[in-house]
Amino acid sequence: MEKLTYRHVAALRAKGTRDQAIVGVVASGNLEVLVERGLPDGECEVEIRTPVEGFGDVWSAVVVDFVGRSSPGGLKLSINDGGARPDMVALRLAQAVRAIEGERS
Amino acid sequence: MTVWDSGRIARASRLQAGARYAKGKHVARKDATALLEAVIQPGDRVCIEGDNQKQADMLAAALAAADSGKLHDLHMVQSGVVLPEHLDIFERGIARRLDYAFSGPQSQRIARLLFGGKIELGAVHTYLELFARYFIDLTPQVALIAAVSADREGNLYTGPNTEDTPAIVEATAFKDGIVIAQVNEVVDKLPRIDIPSDWVNYVIESDKPFYVEPLFTRDPAAITETQILTAMLAIKGIYAPYGVQRLNHGIGFNTAAIELLLPTYGERLGLKGKVASYWALNPHPTLIPAIESGWVKQIHSFGSEVGMDDYIRARSDVYFTGPDGSLRSNRAFSQVAGLYACDMFIGSTLQIDLQGNSSTVTTDRVAGFGGAPNMGSDARGRRHPSEPWLRAGKEADPDSPALMRRGRKLVVQIGETFGDKNVPLFVEHLDAIELARKLDLDLAPVMVYGDDVTHIVTEEGIANLLLCRDNDEREQAIRGVAGYTAIGRARDAKMVQRLRERGVIRRPEDLGIDPLDADRRMLAASSIKDLVRWSGGLYAPPSRFRNW
Amino acid sequence: MSSPSWFEASARQRVKEMLDQDSFVEFIGPEQRETSPHLSLFDLPEQFDDGMIVGRGLLDGKPVFIAAQEGRFMGGAFGEVHGAKLTGLLRAARDVGSIPVVILFDTGGVRLQEANAGELAIAEIMRAVVEARLAGVPVVGLVGGRAGCYGGGGLTAGSCSALAVSEQGRISVSGPEVIETNRGVEEFDSKDRALVWRTMGGKQRYLIGGADVFADDTVASFRDAARYVIEHAAALDLDTLQAEQVRLEQRIERFGACADAIDIWRSMGAADPQSLPGMAFEDFVALADGLKETRHVAR
Repeated sequence: MEKLTYRHVAALRAKGTRDQAIVGVVASGNLEVLVERGLPDGECEVEIRTPVEGFGDVWSAVVVDFVGRSSPGGLKLSINDGGARPDMVALRLAQAVRAIEGERS
Repeated sequence: MTVWDSGRIARASRLQAGARYAKGKHVARKDATALLEAVIQPGDRVCIEGDNQKQADMLAAALAAADSGKLHDLHMVQSGVVLPEHLDIFERGIARRLDYAFSGPQSQRIARLLFGGKIELGAVHTYLELFARYFIDLTPQVALIAAVSADREGNLYTGPNTEDTPAIVEATAFKDGIVIAQVNEVVDKLPRIDIPSDWVNYVIESDKPFYVEPLFTRDPAAITETQILTAMLAIKGIYAPYGVQRLNHGIGFNTAAIELLLPTYGERLGLKGKVASYWALNPHPTLIPAIESGWVKQIHSFGSEVGMDDYIRARSDVYFTGPDGSLRSNRAFSQVAGLYACDMFIGSTLQIDLQGNSSTVTTDRVAGFGGAPNMGSDARGRRHPSEPWLRAGKEADPDSPALMRRGRKLVVQIGETFGDKNVPLFVEHLDAIELARKLDLDLAPVMVYGDDVTHIVTEEGIANLLLCRDNDEREQAIRGVAGYTAIGRARDAKMVQRLRERGVIRRPEDLGIDPLDADRRMLAASSIKDLVRWSGGLYAPPSRFRNW
Repeated sequence: MSSPSWFEASARQRVKEMLDQDSFVEFIGPEQRETSPHLSLFDLPEQFDDGMIVGRGLLDGKPVFIAAQEGRFMGGAFGEVHGAKLTGLLRAARDVGSIPVVILFDTGGVRLQEANAGELAIAEIMRAVVEARLAGVPVVGLVGGRAGCYGGGGLTAGSCSALAVSEQGRISVSGPEVIETNRGVEEFDSKDRALVWRTMGGKQRYLIGGADVFADDTVASFRDAARYVIEHAAALDLDTLQAEQVRLEQRIERFGACADAIDIWRSMGAADPQSLPGMAFEDFVALADGLKETRHVAR
């Protein structure tokens, strides 16, 4: 099991008022993302536990893009990976931020 | 003295040779191989009917059982190389040369026979090209076709799976060739006559119905959330803005997802009646919910689809049916419709390079083309205008005067950045090029040329290649939707950002697509059973797709 | 759009959507990271809720305790933490004494990686079900997920006051693969999906009295079914057990010689038993209510 942690500066504080949200499920090719508030507004942390070792550079790239495209300021995202492809990871991260924002505006 | 009817004379002598096996036009199943040995001559061009759907399988087996001392050096001209027998014919030395269009399950074995020199390859065609050559320089001397039933006179009912039969018979019968039909049964009265008896020379009742592959059945249960995301991108980012009314879909899961999202996501976007009304399309079971929800006005089909016959019969406003009520498909006409009367082709592929060329061959598989290159190409002979065609033309060439500007067909490649077994969709060089070198071909087997492709859709976004002004932009637009493949990660981030600002690249968030909507529950049907339910019990899926 | 599919929903979606809006309160939520102590030993990924969601909420304004298994995480299988969360919920219900428990089963049985802990968990859960029922608390099960309700899940379901099942739901102790492995493919071909469903699937279970309500594959239908079975849950007493014993004996007597579910349906009086698996929800319910024996309500 590989554990990876990335901390980034985030441009904007995440919208909404929910404390936490969870999306996805740990299954083959899938993953769950637990997203919680609690970090300073300008920070974002992503912590990953994955059984597929040696893909740190891909994870890092996915996380950098995610932080750039979403506004996850103040969020801590914890991932349990079931061996998901990067396209699925990117989708789940985007979903996690949407889920903690709350209902469609 | 010049002889001007040598073909007719040859036909008469072939018929005479075959006569001893026939009662009228009818030949017993046990005499099938003997009949073929009698009427076919070494070196003949022979067409065995068979494409990606129906197969004249009994006749293929009969030819493969022929004595290679009597029959050899045949030149096979046929749509599909699909059955093992199609290649046994080469392995056994009965045939030597091959011109074809499609090979699915046999693609690896074809490659081996090509490398081994057992097959002398003419060319790999699209369906429509091969049909065209039947009338120019590849006219068959003998055609082996498949029909549902024949009457005593030899009229044929080819039924819902008519497909290639009219094109093959037209070319053969009217150029002094011999037409031999396998039929599932001989009956007193046909439901309708698809092929008149005087175009048919011999009829053989087969011991079992000709094989049909359910190639266009996609189980909604296997559609993934990323495929749903690509489908939402296509609907909101292409169907909606261009107002695509006339179109063709490929057979992949991404387009199946689009079909299943029309009555849900498409409805929410208010697109009903505004997009996807007229189709050149096989009877896809996954389109049933959209049809039932009133989205679809008309569909013309290349072939039928296993289990859809009763549904089609009950929806004659939508499908083309005969006076008997059953579907009449016609591959040649539907391919023409796809080329000239559709404003969009959207389908998936296995590899896309940095210029946007795409291919489904890999170095050990020669899959052929089928119809995709024809659907997926701009029709340079098109002259009638339509909204999407004009708009695409304007995007590609904003400066020309409108009255002199060509329109463009929308040719969309859709897929996830990583395919089966994590194989990247985007590559530096197509395997097709290496294959062409190995086989010493004049042309690499490219499915859709980059200059025909207008959009590439992946889960990362849409690249609109019409808006790219030079090769650099084009390359970066492709890299910009190539996700975390090596191609995608080698993008020029600044340039990609500029392309995004110009709308060349559009991400889900640019289009206001909520990632939480990428949920399987957005699909109008999530299982084959749901499709049966939508059809009111009229769709009867083959047993391998059932769990009840 | 009609009510969303139960089969397609995640455990969280099922819980959230079947209860009154915003009424669900989770106990030991994923943020507490009460994960399995065993899986990491096998280098297997954990899930923050260990595949079991427990809490309370309102169903039509009335309080319920609710538990849901996530059938996609390890096939919804029972492990130590997963099981303990359900045991705790049932014991709480027993102690409170007035709030019914709804269990959303979706499980292949016990996790191989924590077999002993999982088996113990099943024993504890079954005892807790019985104790809650003896305290007068209805414990009802809903079955309609991907993983079905197998192994210890099947045993636990059998201990419940009442069950609702959809066509997609399967209830059994030994799963298809287990039967095939032990008894041979001639006995049971686990790849024959039609056979699996007509033997263990919701329609068959409903017809022979293995489930009390037949639900459509929608959240709304399961919600209605849950309300109904809570209201009609049998008390756990000697009369109920004796009546159930009689029912099961009669069932063996009537259908013991049948080799296939089709034979059972035919002998029940179904005119065209082959057509049952393909039948739409409303048609099937109408037919089944004519066929089904009335004695099945005992539990």
